[in-house]
Amino acid sequence: MSIENLSMAKAINNGLRRAMDDDAKVILMGEDIGPLGGVFRVTEGLHAEFGGNRVLDTPLAESGIVGTAIGLAMRGYRPVCEIQFDGFIFPAFDQITTQLAKLTSRHEGSLTMPVVIRVPFGGHIGAVEHHQESPEAYFAHTPGLRVVTPSNPHDAYWMIQEAITSNDPVLFFEPKSRYWPKGDVDTAESGWPLHASRVVREGTEVTLVGYGPMVTMLLQAAEIAAEEGTSVEVIDLRSISPIDYEPILASVRKTGRLIVAHEAPGFVSVGSEIAATVTEHAFYSLEAPVLRVAGFDAPFPPAKLETVFLPDADRILEAVDRAMAY
Amino acid sequence: MPYTAATVQLLSPEGTLVESDAAQQYLPYIDALSDDQLRDFYRQMAVIRAIDIDAANLQRQGQLAMWIPSLGQEAAQVGSGFAAKPQDHIFPSYREHVVARIRGVDPIRIIELLRGLSHGGWDPKEHGNFHLYTLVLGSQSLHATGYAMGIQLDGATATGNPDIDEAVIVYFGDGATSQGDVSESLVFAASYQTPQVFFLQNNHWAISVPVSRQSRSPLYLRPGGFGIPGVQIDGNDVLASYAVTSAGLDAARSGRGPHFIEALTYRMGAHTTSDDPTKYRDNAEMDFWVHRDPISRYVTYLRGRGEGDAFFAEVAEEGADLAADIRARTIALGVPERGSIFTNVYSEPHPVMAAQSAWLEEYEASLAGDPTSESGSDRA
Repeated sequence: MSIENLSMAKAINNGLRRAMDDDAKVILMGEDIGPLGGVFRVTEGLHAEFGGNRVLDTPLAESGIVGTAIGLAMRGYRPVCEIQFDGFIFPAFDQITTQLAKLTSRHEGSLTMPVVIRVPFGGHIGAVEHHQESPEAYFAHTPGLRVVTPSNPHDAYWMIQEAITSNDPVLFFEPKSRYWPKGDVDTAESGWPLHASRVVREGTEVTLVGYGPMVTMLLQAAEIAAEEGTSVEVIDLRSISPIDYEPILASVRKTGRLIVAHEAPGFVSVGSEIAATVTEHAFYSLEAPVLRVAGFDAPFPPAKLETVFLPDADRILEAVDRAMAY
Repeated sequence: MPYTAATVQLLSPEGTLVESDAAQQYLPYIDALSDDQLRDFYRQMAVIRAIDIDAANLQRQGQLAMWIPSLGQEAAQVGSGFAAKPQDHIFPSYREHVVARIRGVDPIRIIELLRGLSHGGWDPKEHGNFHLYTLVLGSQSLHATGYAMGIQLDGATATGNPDIDEAVIVYFGDGATSQGDVSESLVFAASYQTPQVFFLQNNHWAISVPVSRQSRSPLYLRPGGFGIPGVQIDGNDVLASYAVTSAGLDAARSGRGPHFIEALTYRMGAHTTSDDPTKYRDNAEMDFWVHRDPISRYVTYLRGRGEGDAFFAEVAEEGADLAADIRARTIALGVPERGSIFTNVYSEPHPVMAAQSAWLEEYEASLAGDPTSESGSDRA
């Protein structure tokens, strides 16, 4: 055991450094990630340490970043791209979904695409339009991509390294509202594989599933529910594609109630997908319909309204009450 | 008249070598060619035209979902294709059939793609570094630039030894120049001074839309704004295509950064077999280009050098034989195994692929006793 108390931003920074030390083919690309260290300072110090040939401040063009990363991966590199903010990923959407995701298949397996795309995502930072979004479902919908998101510094440290060693493209969503709180990181042992979901609080009456920034919110809600006499189990999904269903199904078979929560709008969402799948596989265990607690199906509002838009502990508890009422 | 005063031409439409200041610097590349190489230029142009015409027939006969003719663009493609050295990487669009062939891709692989049997599927490493066709216009330009950045990071170019220095050539068309990805690739290429040549085949039509809708200024001028030198050539002149591309690749591999070539050519056929050019372009334009056919002028040139009927008859026979061979192999092609839908979506195990593949197998097995089912008809 080797424990360090780190913020998630620092944990990812350390994870990137370790990945770059381990493999000279790992290079970082993105806007302002060089001397500045990225707008969230996640790459701080890496340019000085590894130089401009390993940490590339690119021109300001997201499609260009991902498109050239594809070419670099064809050459044998393992590029880690930073998209500066969630809402800026769409200029690269074509390269991600029609090229990156399909190239291994188009090459009938002779080519792998070890490209990681890091995306700070989610709200609760009071920022302007396009800076607080949760676009993960678009990518989870696309075959050929893997989509993961850590909720805490320990997972962030390990998952970024595991994403980099994956030979498939990985969308790595970083919950920017969780960048700064510190947590213990065991730098000796990961504990779980990249795509494992994990029970982070045990309970018996309701199962809450979430990922990334929502996990903290779920744990808060579970704490309040416990005080009010309801035993809640919380599962951190960690991987959005593929989804590790076994812990979810096992939990639902125990509790009979499932609530899925995320900041992203609920329509055609990760929550919709989990609700459908759990209903198919654990129908007779369910005591109540699977409920979704999500951002509204509206554009992300101006920041002063974000707390109205984003699910909080109260909205989760309201869903717990509804589930318990069946 | 699409040619401009800047258009580099080494071989006139009449089949004679052009004496001009602009031509002078490129002539050494032509002087260095052997008779066999000059004959190969013709052989490749003539053979691909034979294959091309018969592949369009195969489509009309229901054997292909679609064919993409390259008729009229043979000189632009053959010249530039031969200019690339073995160590160079080539990123095509989807019409560069003869470049594929020059680099060792069997045309049947392109047939498979257009018959609905694959999405390409060849391994560029085993096929002359000729990458897969890209059907979303312009996307490949960024892959090419990224690849060229990788060459640079590897220190595999500008070593001073042109026999090992690597470079990249990317093909795209006049329609694709309007795509953001092409402009972004020019930005990245200029920024990192990548060892690559942008080879634009301006065939004057993006399906039904004329090049005037894509650009109001000659396209060879566009890279200048990005800090990349641009040259316009007569794309129906195989010698100009060869020499100017060679010069661009040599400059790129020697560390002088990216170069851009606009080859003025003409899509004499349809965009694809789904298209009907009579609805949007007139005969006068076609006549203009028929008189500038890339192959006929080159025949005149070779005959002027003493090439006789025997050679041309031999190539005609080779083209006819190959077209017949491809026809026979096309008709004999089987359908891919059904499970291949799941095989290479990911390179590492994936639970959804495993589950859906198992489901399909079970489902197909459940239909095995049903005489109306097609199950069991797969190619082994």
